[in-house]
This record gives sequence, structure tokens and C-alpha cells, in this order.
Amino acid sequence: MSLLDLPGARERRVATGGIELCVVELGEATRPTIVLVHGYPDSKEVWTQVARQLAERWHVVLYDVRGHGSSTAPVPLRGGFTLEKLTDDFLAVVDAVSPDRPVHLVGHDWGSVQAWEFATVSRTEGRIASFTSMSGPSLDHFGHWIKQRMARPTPRRVGQLLGQGAKSWYVYMLHTPVLPELAWRGPLGKRWPGILERLEKVPPGDYPTASLPEDAAHGAWLYRDNVRTRLRRPRTDAYAHVPVQLITPTGDIFLSEQLYDGLDSWVPQLTRRSLPAKHWVPRTRPDQLASWINEFAAANESAGQGGVPVRDAAPKGAHADRFGGQLVLVTGAAGGIGRATAFAFAEAGARVVAVDRDAEGAARTAELARLIGAPAAWGETVDVSDEAAMEKLAEKVASEYGIVDVLVNNAGIGLSGSFLDTTVEDWKQVLDVNLWGVIHGCRLFGKQMAERGQGGHIVNTASAAAYQPSRALPAYSTSKAAVLMLSECLRAELAEKSIGVSAVCPGIVNTNITATTHFAGTDAAEEQRLRKRTSKLYGVRNYPPEKVAEAVLRAVVRNQAVVPVTPESHAARFLSRLSPGALRGIARLKPPL
Amino acid sequence: MGTRVNSQLTPELRGFREVQRLASACAEAVAARLRPGVTEREAARMQREWLTSRGVRDWFHLPFAWFGDRTAFTGFKVPLQFFPTDRRLEPGMPFILDMAPVYKGFTADIGYSGCLGLNPLHDRLLADLEAHRDLILREVRERRPLREIYEDVDRLMIRQGYANRHRAYPFGVIAHKVDRVTERRWSPRVFGFGSQSLKGLLNDAVHGHRDGWSPLWSPYRFSDHPPQPGLWAVEPHIGFRGTGAKFEEILVVTDSRDPEQSAFWLDDDLPHVRRWAEERVAA
Repeated sequence: MSLLDLPGARERRVATGGIELCVVELGEATRPTIVLVHGYPDSKEVWTQVARQLAERWHVVLYDVRGHGSSTAPVPLRGGFTLEKLTDDFLAVVDAVSPDRPVHLVGHDWGSVQAWEFATVSRTEGRIASFTSMSGPSLDHFGHWIKQRMARPTPRRVGQLLGQGAKSWYVYMLHTPVLPELAWRGPLGKRWPGILERLEKVPPGDYPTASLPEDAAHGAWLYRDNVRTRLRRPRTDAYAHVPVQLITPTGDIFLSEQLYDGLDSWVPQLTRRSLPAKHWVPRTRPDQLASWINEFAAANESAGQGGVPVRDAAPKGAHADRFGGQLVLVTGAAGGIGRATAFAFAEAGARVVAVDRDAEGAARTAELARLIGAPAAWGETVDVSDEAAMEKLAEKVASEYGIVDVLVNNAGIGLSGSFLDTTVEDWKQVLDVNLWGVIHGCRLFGKQMAERGQGGHIVNTASAAAYQPSRALPAYSTSKAAVLMLSECLRAELAEKSIGVSAVCPGIVNTNITATTHFAGTDAAEEQRLRKRTSKLYGVRNYPPEKVAEAVLRAVVRNQAVVPVTPESHAARFLSRLSPGALRGIARLKPPL
Repeated sequence: MGTRVNSQLTPELRGFREVQRLASACAEAVAARLRPGVTEREAARMQREWLTSRGVRDWFHLPFAWFGDRTAFTGFKVPLQFFPTDRRLEPGMPFILDMAPVYKGFTADIGYSGCLGLNPLHDRLLADLEAHRDLILREVRERRPLREIYEDVDRLMIRQGYANRHRAYPFGVIAHKVDRVTERRWSPRVFGFGSQSLKGLLNDAVHGHRDGWSPLWSPYRFSDHPPQPGLWAVEPHIGFRGTGAKFEEILVVTDSRDPEQSAFWLDDDLPHVRRWAEERVAA
């Protein structure tokens, strides 16, 4: 689908400084306006997916930067692409589309570089309500960033300089005369779509457009007209006069994350977001971008009308930049690790679906999650081992709440007792919940994630018992070992879809699992005694589930494969690799119960 | 609820109720004077001055004040952390005032949870404490062993999603006995506790040890006995991710066979009870 095929799309041309800009509008013109500015070597079509989603609520405006797409190019090219002239263009566009109301500005790559200029020069004051920046720093801030590092070169700072210097190779290339133009009009222009698809996993669509070779050739002047002058003499007054939302793709091959280290001193109202993706996020992560832009613009719109300013509304928990506004589903969320994990995500500002077969507990988790920062939370009652119920849940979640960004398959039950005492029923029950529950979760929600094609993460709660054999836990350990292997296989398969899979192996954690563990081969009284006894031992160990929750969030942020949590879990993992024989020896010991 | 009406109270219980009301009034008066920027030390001193100006000469323990995440005892490891610090109150912050004055020879020990401005989470915690007040009274009337009641309170807190924070108190107690205190001209304080009251508690501990009960209501084996007649200052304390709430008030336990008479809260006209009643009316 291309931009002009979108319902209600209308094109117009805006004249400015001897050239004509091609502007497309979507959505009702009476609503507040969002202006999307594209980067290099793109045209406004890079925004198609994002614009489509934003148009449901906003008046969305896109334009081709001068010399790109259907806009005309300045003559001569040299000196025609200075930031001053690009600011003229922007003002001409907003005067045409939203004459009496400030606009929300969004920029990607060079669009963001330009937009930083718009957001920091005085002549645009009052014309911009908010600015969302992705993958494009202010050249002035960048200049100061370099200067600071040259002035006091600690090893770390030198490393940062060299790192960014290497990532900026294409900037030097673009400064050579004629050659870039020849390359773009020749082989590079032809191969570019394929390169994007291979390196960035950009899905095919209306982008890149046929005008790409010309756009890229003209756009080289963006660099030549601005980079050297600005980096050499950066403006000292480049303070943002609007609230800024900074979205940092963590896998960007052109820009390092450290580039934004000192940004707080330039931007009084800064909201940070990070996204595990590469450079072309408008194509690869449109849903996430649309949701963040929507949320940020809406918050500033209401702040403009006397509502709460953005900063105070932002969640404060760990990794809030990463999970804010995302949809997280946690099974076994009525207690223990599941509940603590749901709360940790809630504190990071995620929307939470708390799933458990205990309806009251799940509802309670959802209620408290909302109180500590989740913009929305729902409790769902499902037995994870029930295939039909899980299918229904997956359908319901997809249609009512959206596609899950992070799935935590945590639900599990305990089973202890020797193999010879374990009945077929016992085996079925523990495998149904601990293994099939995870399979159903991965199968249903993982499939939705993969089909959307915008990445995601799955966390499966395994156990230290997954790699530590034990005579006391044959069935439980088997189920958890299967979960561990399943996670590692799935991780290999889903890597190409940018979906990470982690297996978390907590170890001995003070939760309710011991109070419901079935002890095979014991009568009711003995079982009760053993439950009390193990609960007490776990209580004495007293490792809090909140720490496991922290590890879960960290595992998602870092995309870790296997995550032991408690020291004993680490030790067992270490031994299982260094000296599995020792672990087999330990497995023979009778537990002190 | 099983509170005796005024006329039925013995003069002794009336004395205890008088000091408990005095302490509650102090908590409400001080809470009303708390402003952003006030420190815990200042809040504790405000309580002390309010009470001494009304005739309090001795203490079971000196007034405490906890602000912000200290209401949930975040990171409390040693008893010294109970004492007021220079933590300043900010808008939206929860706080707890806890004081145990001795007045005319009677002791009270109360806890008051409040919040400076709006904090929906704190409201939720406070509302959820009501279930604990009901549970404790019901199970004491059933003469269940104190340790079992403790475990049930614990379980209810976990089901509610909270952490049990009275675990962080000395001996992990949820309650302790209070009694009359002989008023001396000079009663030095040991680590914030009045020496006369400590002496009383120690006496109880010695006697109780002989008879198989303890003046401290804890999760340990020494609390594995039915409720001992007397006055208990009960203080369930819940914490949730940096926000804590508690109430503390006196539960009267008697050896009466009538369940209603066997245990009752000394007074139902207390800030937290009134608040729950108002919420019910509003709902």
C-alpha cells in the first residue's frame, strides 16, 4: 500500500524559496497535526505504515524534503540544502497545513537532524508542540559531543569517539565529489532495496520508491552543506524549546547510543525510549513508533491544555525507556515470580495481561499493576495446560489488547518424590502445566509475534533443576529441562524474526510453589508436613521473587539466552558445564526433609 | 465489631482507652501539620512535644516517624534504622507516625498511616488492612494459637500481593503485650524504650516463660500458645514496592467464655476505623 492509496490521503504543493514541496495530508484537518520528516536516502513513503496508524487520531502531514521524491530540487544544488533553508521549508509547510496551531514534529535520520534545528532555533518557537527524534542527532550537539571528548580524552571517551568515527564512514564517503552520485545512479541505487532487505530486514512495500537514485544523489548535499560547518562551529544556544522524545534503536549501525549521553543538558523536558532494532525503524517497527508518538503527542497536547506535563506522567521503574507502552503477558501471575514480574513490567510503564487459573489472584495483580504505573492491566483466568482455553485467550488478547511484545511463560507447579513413586497421573499433570503450558504460550503468542514481523521477546521460566539432576525431583526437573531446551531451539528459530527467547533459571526462591507442591508417594498428612518443611526451608533461604523479576527484565533488555538467578543456580550452571560428574554425585544425596 | 460500650468498660480499660485516644489525637494533629520539607526528626519531635504538653511523662517507646519508602522498611536490617532520620516529606509521599505514650500509668501504642496529598496506591493498602483487623479478632476469639494466626495474617498479606513488614520488627512481632506502668519521677530510656515499660515486658517474659506463653506475638515457637488474657498492641504492617501502611491499636483479650467478651478491640472510634466506615458510606 502506498501513501496516496490510504483513505482520505490528499496531495498538495507548497511553494517556498523558488522550489515546490510535495505535501501529503491524512486524517481530519481539524485535529491536531503531526508532521513526519523523512531521512536519507528516503522519501516520505518511509512513513507509510506509521502514518496510516496515526491518521486514525491525528491530522498527519508528510512532505518530501527538497530535492527528494516529488519535491523539486534547488538550483544550484550546492548551498541549497543548508539547515536554514530546510527550516524555511518546514515553516512554509506548517503555515500551509496548520496555520494557527503548533504541530507535533517527528523526524527520522536526516529528518531528525533537521528537526533538531527546528526545535532549537528561535524562529520556530510557538510553532512546535513536541518533537520525537529517532536516529538523528543535532549536528550542534554532536559537535559539542566531539569537542568534549577531544578536550578531555579519557580512554573511554576516546573509545566512544573512535567507535562513532567508524560508524560514520559513509559521511566521509558522501563528501567526495561526484562519486556518490555516480554510485547511486548506477549499481548502488539498483541494489539498495536488496541491501535494505538483507541487512535491515525491511519488509517489501512502497518503499524505497523509484526516485531513490535521484533522491540519494541530491541528498548528498545535505551532508556537504551542513556537516563540516556545524561540527566545526556548533551553535552554543542549541537548547530545545519543546519537549523531546528520543527513540534510540539499540542496533543502529550508523549511530552509537552514547551519542545521546549528555542530552539532558540541552533538553529540559526529555523522555527516553529505546528499541531493540536497527536503523530503519519507521519500516521495521511501525506499531511501536506509532504508539509512542501517539502517547507522547497526546500527553503534550493535554499538557498544552492544562493537563499533566509529560515528565511527571512518565514511569520511573527500571528499563522504563524500553518497556513503556509495550504489551506484556505473564502467566502464573497470581503470585510468586509471575506476580513480581508483572509488577516490575508495570513499574516500567508496560501494559500488562496477568494470566492465572486463580481468577481472584490474577485480577488482584492487574489491579495493583495499574496502581504502580501500568497504563492498563487486565486479569485473565486460564489454565495454561488447556489448549482450547489458551487459543481463546490468544484470540482475545490479539483482538482486544493487541499483539504481545513480551511474553513470559512462567506458570508452573512443583512435584517432588522418587521416580518409582511418581504415577502416570503425576507425570501428566506436571508435564501438562510446566511443559505444555510453555508450548501453548510460545505456539500461540509466538506465532502472532512472528506474523506481525516487528520483533518481540519470549521468556520461559525454567529452573536450576533444568541442569541439576536430583533424585528428589525427577518429573519436575525433566519438565524444566524440556523447557530449557525448547527455549534454546526456539531462540535459534526466531532469531531471524528479531524475536528473542530467554530461559530464566531462578533456583530456590521464596514463593508459594512449595505450599502447593505435590509429594509423590506420601499420604495427606506426610505431604502436608513436607510442604511445611520445604516452605520453611525456602523461607529461611528467603530469596525474593522481586530479584527474579529484575533478572527477567534484564534478560529481555540484553536478550540473554539462559539466565541463572540465585547464586546456587549460577553454581549449578557452572558445574554442569565444568564438571557434570560432580552434579551427578550431588544428585544422589537425599534432600534433608 | 466487639467493642464494649463506655459504661461496660472497667475503670482500668477506660484508662487505657483514654491514653489511646490521646495518642490518636496527637497523630491526627501532627499529621495535619505535616508539610513538604518536614523531616522525620521534626515529625517525631512534634509528636513528643504535643504529648508532653498534655501530661505525658514516660514512654513505652519514643515517637517514630517514617516517610516515603521507609514506611515499607525498605532495606531495614538493624533496629537503629527505625529511628527518625533527616528524610524530608514530599507531595504524594506516604508516612507513618508511631508512638507509645504512658499517661497516668496507662500505656498505649498506636500507629497512624497517612499520605501527603493524593496517592491511590497508599489508599489501596490502607483499605486492605481492614481485612486483617477482622481476621485477627475472629481468630483470637476462636482461641487459635497465636503463631497460627500470625501465619494466617501472613498468608492474607501474600494473597493481597503485599510483603509482611512486621517481620522487620524486633523478633518479627506482630503484637506485644502492654500493661500498666508505675510512674516514677525518673524513668530513663534505653534505645528509645522507657525503662519502666521494658521492665514490665521483661517481667511478663519471665513469668510467661514459666507458664508457656510469651508477651511477644511472633512467628516463632514461643508464640505457639492460645491468646493470653491481657492487652495486646497489635500492629499488622504491609509493604508494597516502596509504600507501606500499618495500623496499631489495643486488642483486649479476656478469659471469658462468651466469644464476644473473650476478645475485642479496645476502641472503635479510631482514625483508621472511621476511615473504613466513611469509605463504605461513600461506596
